[in-house]
Amino acid sequence: MSGASLRRHLTSRVMTVLIVVLSFTAVLALVLILGNLLVKGASSLDWAFFTKSPVPAGQSGGGVANAIAGTILIVGLAALIGVPVGVGAGMYLAEYGAGRLGFAVRFVADVLNGTPSIVIGIVGWTFIVKPSGGYSALAGSIALAILMIPMLARTTEEMVRLVPHSLREAALALGYPRWRTSLKVVARTALGGIVTGCLVGIARVAGETAPLLFTALGNLNFTTSVTQPMQTLSLQIYVYATGPFDEWHRLAWASALVLMGLVLVISLTARWVTRARYGRIR
Amino acid sequence: MTSTRVLALAALLGAAVPAAAQVQLTGAGATFPNIIYSDWMLTYNQAHSDVKLNYQSIGSGGGIRQFSDGTVDFGASDAPMTDSAIAAIKGDVLHIPTVLGAVVAAYTLPEVSQALRFTPDVLADIFLGKITNWSDARLASINPGVKLPTQDIIVVHRSDGSGTSFVWTDYLSKVSPEWLQKVGRGTSVNWPVGLGGRGNEGVASTVRQTPGAIGYVELGYALINKMSFGTVRNGSGNWITPSLASVTAAAAGAMKDMGPNTDFRVSITNSAGPQAYPAASFTWLLVHKTYADSAKARALVQFIWWAETAGQAKAPQLGYAPLPQELRPWIQARLKTVAAGGRAVWKAE
Amino acid sequence: MTQLRSDRIYQRALTAFALALPALILVILGVLLVDALPALRRFGPSFLWTSTWDPVAEVYGAAPMIFGTLASSLLALLLAVPLALSVAIFLTEFSPRWLRQPVAFLVELLAAIPSVVYGTWGIFVLIPFLRSYVVPPLKALLGWTPFLQGVFYGNSLLAGGIILAIMIVPYIAAVSREVLLAVPTSQREAALAMGATRWEAVRTAVLPYGRAGLIGAVILGLGRALGETMAVTMVIGNRHDIGVSVLQPAYTMAAAIANEFSEATTGMYQSALVEVGLILFVLTVVVNAIARILIWRVARGAAVGSKAL
Repeated sequence: MSGASLRRHLTSRVMTVLIVVLSFTAVLALVLILGNLLVKGASSLDWAFFTKSPVPAGQSGGGVANAIAGTILIVGLAALIGVPVGVGAGMYLAEYGAGRLGFAVRFVADVLNGTPSIVIGIVGWTFIVKPSGGYSALAGSIALAILMIPMLARTTEEMVRLVPHSLREAALALGYPRWRTSLKVVARTALGGIVTGCLVGIARVAGETAPLLFTALGNLNFTTSVTQPMQTLSLQIYVYATGPFDEWHRLAWASALVLMGLVLVISLTARWVTRARYGRIR
Repeated sequence: MTSTRVLALAALLGAAVPAAAQVQLTGAGATFPNIIYSDWMLTYNQAHSDVKLNYQSIGSGGGIRQFSDGTVDFGASDAPMTDSAIAAIKGDVLHIPTVLGAVVAAYTLPEVSQALRFTPDVLADIFLGKITNWSDARLASINPGVKLPTQDIIVVHRSDGSGTSFVWTDYLSKVSPEWLQKVGRGTSVNWPVGLGGRGNEGVASTVRQTPGAIGYVELGYALINKMSFGTVRNGSGNWITPSLASVTAAAAGAMKDMGPNTDFRVSITNSAGPQAYPAASFTWLLVHKTYADSAKARALVQFIWWAETAGQAKAPQLGYAPLPQELRPWIQARLKTVAAGGRAVWKAE
Repeated sequence: MTQLRSDRIYQRALTAFALALPALILVILGVLLVDALPALRRFGPSFLWTSTWDPVAEVYGAAPMIFGTLASSLLALLLAVPLALSVAIFLTEFSPRWLRQPVAFLVELLAAIPSVVYGTWGIFVLIPFLRSYVVPPLKALLGWTPFLQGVFYGNSLLAGGIILAIMIVPYIAAVSREVLLAVPTSQREAALAMGATRWEAVRTAVLPYGRAGLIGAVILGLGRALGETMAVTMVIGNRHDIGVSVLQPAYTMAAAIANEFSEATTGMYQSALVEVGLILFVLTVVVNAIARILIWRVARGAAVGSKAL
């Protein structure tokens, strides 16, 4: 081998190693964070943590039952509002979105997707909390739904577009009206993908904090009334992690572990749905 | 599958309708009294299960703002509302003092075991960024015998609108002309140096975790977290350790400014008493004079009166000073004026 | 073709859902504009470049927050781009087949970690680590540069930048990977056939082909970083000041809103914060639009990268 060729192969080697090392550095970050979460959070997961509400600031004991219930309620309600609108808009884009309106909606969805969530918080406070005369879980759900809608619209569109044209044409040729074709054939075929998109969207908003600061506010007590302020795990972690009490730090790690677990379960379910349902048409 | 999900959620929401005639009250504001407020409210609920009080410590600025915008049932602040802020809501506010507290200069210097001494001018210059190292000659001269480390001073202040900031800057404005002219007093000010923490919680947390840091927090936060805090020379020239006694002394000095018709908006920083700690303050609940919902208003007034009487006993162990006894009848008179639907909601128990 | 009545109803229903999106953006813009108006009137364009933030005197300028937002995001890009591009190149060009799925999955998981969890990790793990093991040697080595002047505050631009970097790696990596997958295999084969090494094929054939898309991916990551709120708020130090030292505390627009919005005691104070929100909104819209256009140029059609969002 000539010198130049040797150098070239050496460079190739070095770059390959560098790329592998950097790639694993990125993965290492994840391993570190998850490892810390497990080590610092797991020891605090006991029965009281899941069943009790917080004790007064600075005292020890208590749990985050109110925050766990609040997270589920607020996120569930957000999905109830966001999923129909988001999926509907996505169906529109896939079925009728070739024109100018389709282009505009697509553009707006992409713009909204990049909107900082704290801005949605401002809007939620100004547009819902202030006029309605109080903070509420519902205001928080609406803010989260606003975050979900553009995401769902784009993923739904993408999934529906993957449905083979032949399938749709076959249905139309059989004399199916367009709406039945769209719902019964196209949407049903893409259902796995759509559900995955919805789950990914839900997982993302489940960890959101910024838009809830000015809408759901937080609550010391266990409450299930959606017209009242409500605690979520994310708000609880923010308060506890930035607070001075060692007890709070302990609960912050444990809550972070639970929130991460919740998000992971939803994300993994999403993957599983894709594999199980969606594998068929690909 | 969609329909089952809808059903499940409907069931959840059905369960969400509150049982019986439960009153839920939401308040927000000062972080300074959060330790005792969260204790009071959760304790109160144990004896009165029909009343749930929710307090969110977002800062006094937030308390005033959210109270004025009507997004919470009551506010809390350790900076009294200004005349213009009161005028903006057509005077619909009562300042009800609850406890007294001290704002202390807390610091983290692992090598120093004695409590450091601060003069007002040294404190002002630290927060003005003119004294930047713990080994500064002026700090050394008032702390003879203390081996001060050569370490940069990291100033920690509040990033949110804060009554604790108000008390602290009000004090510094009274003792330092330069502070008054360059920075002034307020719930949020333009800090010359340092980094911001959110709430008393955030400042206490940052000071604890940062070697060389100094910040100002409510006494209770410093005590519970076993933080070091400074002894300050007061207007009479005495070195005063922040304590319940020295806070009570500060309040006693201010009693002469109040009569039965006071609106309780009294500053007790740099109070005249020889044993008075100079950075002390009342903390207030902000209550509307009239409410739309009489059940809420009655529950709120009852809770506050409970806090003013039975609740006061909790104060010392949590790092707050109970109110002077003389204030009690005046507070009761004010609570009796709170009305809903044109009628006072006060009910003798 | 004549349209059935039921078809018309179906189309109208879907159109109504679709119109919710433009309606939303109008509401957002409307709220921001109306509430920012008092500040816009009072301070005019100088709001962008004055740096006083004084709620006592009611004088507001957003320069420190704009600076902090840009500085922390650029620092994040500086750290994240090599990592993210490496991941993308590794996954598309070098990785053995069996490793692709697991690595891609792990990197995707990074995107699933909630912001507030990153912040918690930042406070309790990253900052103490930086204080003990990273800053002292860094100062010893490069302490003479203006970027490492002064005392290390813990909560700092550096901490904010690193947290942001970890957070945007998965976004940049996922989009870059899709861009690289869109590069035709013939490109690589041609280069290899001419005797190029693996790396040379990547450098001369693959990367140039996907360049616009890769830049788009990076800008998309920038858009994420600019608007990120909680994690940054928890570690950046919240200080209205402009300084080039990464060891010092700073502030970002999103963090200022999170800390101060619900607590602004006067109307002008609140209005100034809403104007900060407006600036942040416009900035992210512009950055995201640029990113989209660049990515579309490479991988036309379907929403590339939407999975990562």
